[in-house]
Amino acid sequence: MRRAPIWLIIGAALVLFGLVRLPLERGLQRAQQTASLRAESATLGLRDRLGQLSYVAALSGFRSLVAAFLWIDAHTAWEQTAWGRMAGLFRTVTELQPRSLVYWDMSSWHMAWNAAVAARDNPKEPSEFLRQRAEREYHQLGREFLEQGIVNNPNSSVLQERLGTLLRDKFADHAGAANAFTKSASMEGALPYVKRLAAYELAAIEGREREAYQRLRSIYDLGESERLPRVVALLQELETKLDIPATDRIVPHQHSHD
Amino acid sequence: MNNRIAAIAAVTWTELVRLKVFYFLIIFALLVIGNSFFLARFSFEEEFQMLKDIALGAMSIFSALLAILAAATLLPKDLEDRTIYTILAKPVSRAEYLLGKLAGVFLLLALAVLLMGAVFGVVLVLRTESVLQATKLELANLPAPELQAALAKVRASGYDPGLLAGGLVILVKAWLLAAMTVFISTFATSTIFTTITAFAVYFIGHLQSTARDYWLAGGDTGPAARAVLSLVSLIFPDLQAFNLIDGIVTGTAVPLALLLKTLALGGGYIAVYTALGAAVFQSREL
Repeated sequence: MRRAPIWLIIGAALVLFGLVRLPLERGLQRAQQTASLRAESATLGLRDRLGQLSYVAALSGFRSLVAAFLWIDAHTAWEQTAWGRMAGLFRTVTELQPRSLVYWDMSSWHMAWNAAVAARDNPKEPSEFLRQRAEREYHQLGREFLEQGIVNNPNSSVLQERLGTLLRDKFADHAGAANAFTKSASMEGALPYVKRLAAYELAAIEGREREAYQRLRSIYDLGESERLPRVVALLQELETKLDIPATDRIVPHQHSHD
Repeated sequence: MNNRIAAIAAVTWTELVRLKVFYFLIIFALLVIGNSFFLARFSFEEEFQMLKDIALGAMSIFSALLAILAAATLLPKDLEDRTIYTILAKPVSRAEYLLGKLAGVFLLLALAVLLMGAVFGVVLVLRTESVLQATKLELANLPAPELQAALAKVRASGYDPGLLAGGLVILVKAWLLAAMTVFISTFATSTIFTTITAFAVYFIGHLQSTARDYWLAGGDTGPAARAVLSLVSLIFPDLQAFNLIDGIVTGTAVPLALLLKTLALGGGYIAVYTALGAAVFQSREL
């Protein structure tokens, strides 16, 4: 009997191996995606923004490398105060590396702080109204970067903290800020001061003084290192406002740091 | 490994080293060290993020290039020099010859990844320690718990044990590419054909999972398109499975079981490509 050509055998072996590994690879793909180690497929919108060469590079396993070089490009755009170009580059970088907190964080900061201030002080725009509107748009853009970052990284205390700061400083939204700081403080890896920031914001909301008092009091009771001048001052203010009995009031000592 | 395979591996290793392939390490070192100076202008979080992005990305590129280019020359060079006839005239089977060649390339790739990792590691440690010192000085007046938290944040941004897993996956992917290239070279007629085909498989391999998803999802694709998608899914390797560095550089932890499964899949590919290469090489007329 004539032997089958080697090509037929090799082709059949490759297909057989493909069939064996098919369920394994699908399972591995799901597990890697669940562990946030494998990105979803790149979109056509990304292809338009990246250009063909970078898109091919991103598809070939170099998303992080392309993102790093685009980030450097964005830094150059910053030095040239090309805010619109920066915003476009930030969108691309964050789409390439949606799990990188620092890209979301810095994109938001550049937009809501640097670009917004530049828009407000833009000497080429004589209209005060248009300057203010541009400033508000950059604030909103910064907020959108953080909110999108949180959607992609729901357990990030850093992004929640930054959202709280943005809502407090640029939107005067104390309730939103308190909510974001509270979420941040409850997450793993939160920095110790975030719980204080949440309490400070609560204290600024009309009608939530009792909640703010309880939060500040629990911080105060943690010990001397938490009894910062602002915590003590706010507590005393709220004690008076809420008419807390004298026996329950704090007796502050001298504090050396803020 | 028997003595014959070890001897061929040693000779292959020496031949490749004589080709001065390690000169690329100078470029890698310049890239990483040069970037670390440039990146010092950024915040430490941006700097560490980009240092990891660039270093692991460059390790991935260099190891893939080295794997394909080194493996593509193995058989054609021995055929051209006619050394293959001398070797196979001795009591060495073709499979042993192929395994020895592959082992030599694997050794070269392991050392290359190790050296690149060492350069990256040294730069990362130096920069992290430098930022830690600067942070200690800047925040010296903060309460101790807040200073410790700030320092822990710097350490977390700099040091990440997951980077070792990244290096390991890069190495296994490079080995897979080398095994696949050697398999191609067993039926290729020239080095250039082997190289181009290997690079084509490399690119298709990164899209294989997309083709597989489309194929298995069904949808409105026609029968011809489905046939093509199924062939791509079954014949080409899923190289995205070894592309974990995008997640690793962001600090995402790699569960041990997942790492082992990924490495085992790589081992499976290497074993199958090597076996197929040996089968083709066995039947090839020399």
